[in-house]
Amino acid sequence: MSLSKVKFDKKIVLSFWIILIALIIAAPTLLPVFRLNLLGRYLSLSIVALGVDLIWGYTGLLSLGQGIFFALGGYCAAMYLQITSSSEFPNNIPEFFALYGVEKLPFFWEPFRSPVFTFFAIWIIPALVAGLIGFLVFRNRIKGVYFSILTQASLLVFFNFFNGQQKLINGTNGLKTDVTQLFGQMVGSEFMQRIFFWITAILVIAAWFFAKWVVKGRFGNILIGIRDDEPRVRFTGYNPVIFKTIIFSIAGGLAGISGALYTVQSGIVSPQFMTVPFSIEMVIWVAVGGRGTLLGAILGAVFINYAKSLVSEALPASWMFIQGGLFILVVTALPEGVLGWIQGDGPRNLLQRFGLKRKIETYPSLEVNNKEGNNE
Amino acid sequence: MELLLDSLFNGVAIGSVLLVAALGLAIVFGLMGVINLAHGELMMLGAYTTYVTQLIFKLPILKPFYNSYIIVSIFLAFIVSGVVGILLEKTIIRKLYGSPLETLLATWGVSLILQQFVRSVPLAYGTGLVISLLIGLFLPTTFPSKIKESINFKYFKFSSWIFAALTGVLTGSLISSSVSKLSRASARNVDVTAPSWMRGQVEIIGTAFPKTRLMIIVITLISVIAITLFLNQSAWGMRIRAVTQNRQMSDCLGISTEKVDIITFGIGSGLAGVAGVAVSLLGSVGPNVGGNYIVGCFMVVVLGGVGNLLGTVLASFGIGIMTDLIGAGRLLSIWPDMPLPLSNTINFFATTSMARVMIFALIVMFLQFKPTGLFPQKGRMVEN
Repeated sequence: MSLSKVKFDKKIVLSFWIILIALIIAAPTLLPVFRLNLLGRYLSLSIVALGVDLIWGYTGLLSLGQGIFFALGGYCAAMYLQITSSSEFPNNIPEFFALYGVEKLPFFWEPFRSPVFTFFAIWIIPALVAGLIGFLVFRNRIKGVYFSILTQASLLVFFNFFNGQQKLINGTNGLKTDVTQLFGQMVGSEFMQRIFFWITAILVIAAWFFAKWVVKGRFGNILIGIRDDEPRVRFTGYNPVIFKTIIFSIAGGLAGISGALYTVQSGIVSPQFMTVPFSIEMVIWVAVGGRGTLLGAILGAVFINYAKSLVSEALPASWMFIQGGLFILVVTALPEGVLGWIQGDGPRNLLQRFGLKRKIETYPSLEVNNKEGNNE
Repeated sequence: MELLLDSLFNGVAIGSVLLVAALGLAIVFGLMGVINLAHGELMMLGAYTTYVTQLIFKLPILKPFYNSYIIVSIFLAFIVSGVVGILLEKTIIRKLYGSPLETLLATWGVSLILQQFVRSVPLAYGTGLVISLLIGLFLPTTFPSKIKESINFKYFKFSSWIFAALTGVLTGSLISSSVSKLSRASARNVDVTAPSWMRGQVEIIGTAFPKTRLMIIVITLISVIAITLFLNQSAWGMRIRAVTQNRQMSDCLGISTEKVDIITFGIGSGLAGVAGVAVSLLGSVGPNVGGNYIVGCFMVVVLGGVGNLLGTVLASFGIGIMTDLIGAGRLLSIWPDMPLPLSNTINFFATTSMARVMIFALIVMFLQFKPTGLFPQKGRMVEN
C-alpha cells in the first residue's frame, strides 16, 4: 500500500477549504430537509469510518464489531433525551417502562439525568468498552482473523443483550429520540436538524484532524509497524498491546460520537445498529475509499451510503448484488481503494496504457514520488 | 438423574448441529487459514437442496421412493455446496492466499450475493445453474488423457461448457414446468417436512427423544467418522495433513498444494451442505438460515484450536451442553435451594439469547488461559 501523497499547491488547498466551508454553511438552505438529513447522517457515519481506518488501515486490525461502540454512543444520547423529556409520564420515567410494568428507573439510567455526564459518556463509555475488549484480546496475542471473529462474536453478544432486555432499555423496539426535547426544542424539528447538521460537519472535520494528528509522528509509525510486522516491533522493544489497545479505544470513542450523532438525526436507536452486516459495511466504506488515507474513509462512507439510498430507491433487490460485488471487486482488483489508487501509481499507469505519458525506466528505479522510502 | 440425562441429550443435539456445521469450517481454516464467511450460505444451499429434492421426489415417477429422499438429499447437498465451494476457490479465494483479512471480506461479498440469489432467482433455474456448473467443471476431467494432453483441449473444454449450459437450461425449465412451487422466486421461508419414518419420538431409558434430533446426531456421527477416515487413511488425506503442517515443505516434496487446496475447500464446503440438510430438519429454510449458525461455528473453531478434529468435537459438544444448561436454567432444577443472588443471576441468563452472552464471556475467559484453543498446533514460529 502506498502512503505517498500527491503534493497540492497551497492555493488549491486554500480554495478547497473555502469551498468546503461555504458548502457546509449553505447546505441547510440549499437542500430540502429530507436530503439534508440524509447527508447529515452519512457525514456522521464517516466518523465511525475514520475509526475503522485508524485500526484497519493503519494498524491492520480488522474489527467487525464497531457497531457495538456505535450503538453504545447512540444509546447514551437517547437515554439522556428520553429521561429529560419524561416529566409528564407516570413516575417521571420514560413512557415505554409502563408497558412492561416497571415503576422504578433502573440504576444505570440515573447518571444520564445530567447533560454533562451524557456529554462525556457518549465517547468515554464506548472507548472504555473497546479498551477492555481490546486489552483482553490483544494481551493473548490473538490477532488476524481470530481478532475479527472475536469482535464479531462480541457484537452478537451485545446485540442479544440489548435485543432481549425489554425492561431495561426497551429491547428490540429501541429508544426513540425524534419526539423528545433538547433544551426546549423538539429533536426531530427542522430547526434542530439543521443545527445537528452543522455540529456533525464540524465534528467530522475535527475528527479528521484528530485522526491525522494520531497517525502523525512516532505513534503513527509504530501503528504502521504493527500492521506490517508485529513481531519485529515487539523485538525492537515496544509493547504492541498498549498501542493496539489505545488505538482500538480511540476508534471506539469515535464510533460512539458517530452513533450519537446518527441517532439524533435518524430519530431512533435500536439493536439494529449492532447487526453483523452493518458493522461489516463500515469496513467496505473504508476499503472503497482507500484505507490508510483517512480522507478516503470519509468520502467512502458518504458516497457509498448515498449510492445505497439512490439504488435502493430505484431497484431494491439489486443493492445486495452491487454491495457483494463491491466487496469482491475492492479486494481483488482495487486493494488500495479509490483514493489510494489516485494517490499511488494508478492514474499514471492508466495514462501509460493509452500511451499518453512515457514510462520512465531507470535502474535503480527513479523515485518519482518517494514510494520506497515510506513503507513495504 | 432424568433431568441430567435430558440436559445431556439436548446438549448433544445442539452440539451435533454445531459440530457438523463447524467441521467443514475447521478443516478449511486449519489448512488454508482462510475464514470463509460464506460458509453459512453454503449451509443454506444445502438446506435448499433438501427442499428441492423433497419436491422432486413428490413427482409421480419418484413417489414410491419418497421416504428415502432425505438420504439422497444428503449426497446431493454435499455435491451442490461442494461445487459452489470449488468454484469460489477457483475464482476468488485462490487469488487471496496469504491475506486472510481480504479473503474474509471477499467471502462476505459472496455470501451477500448468494443470499440475494436465492431470493431473486427461481429455485428451478438455480438447480439448472448448479447442474451446468457441475457438468462444466467435471466433464473435462473425465476425458481420456490423450485428449487432455492434446493442444486442442481448450476446444473440448469450451464445448463441454456449452453442453453444460444447455443441459442446465433444459433441466431448469423441465423442473419449473413440472414443479410449480419451484418456478417462482420468493424471499419467503420454506419448510422441509420429514418423511413419515422420521416423525414421532423414540423412548430411550424412559425419556422421549424426537427422531429428527436423533437423525441429526447420526448424520453428524457419520460425517465425523467419514472425514476422520479420509484424513487418516487415504493418500489425499495424508497430503492434506502434510500441507496443514507445513505448506512450503510439502510443496518442495512434490505435493500439488493447488490440488490439495481445491479438494480441501470442496470437502469443507460439501460438509457445509450436509450441515444444511441437518438444519433444514430443525426449522424453516430461508435465505438467512446460515447466518444463525455461523458465529457459533466460529466460536467452536476458536475454542477447539486449529488442525485437530478432536478439539472441534469437544468444543462443539461443550458449547452445546453449556448452552442447554444455562439457557434452559437447568442448574436451578438440579440444585433447587441455591442462595438467592446466585439463582437470580442464573434466571437472568436463562434464555437462549442471554445464554449466548454467558457462553461468550466464558469463552473469552478460557482464551485468557489458553489463547490458541484446546489443542493448539505446536511449532516454533514467531507468527501464530
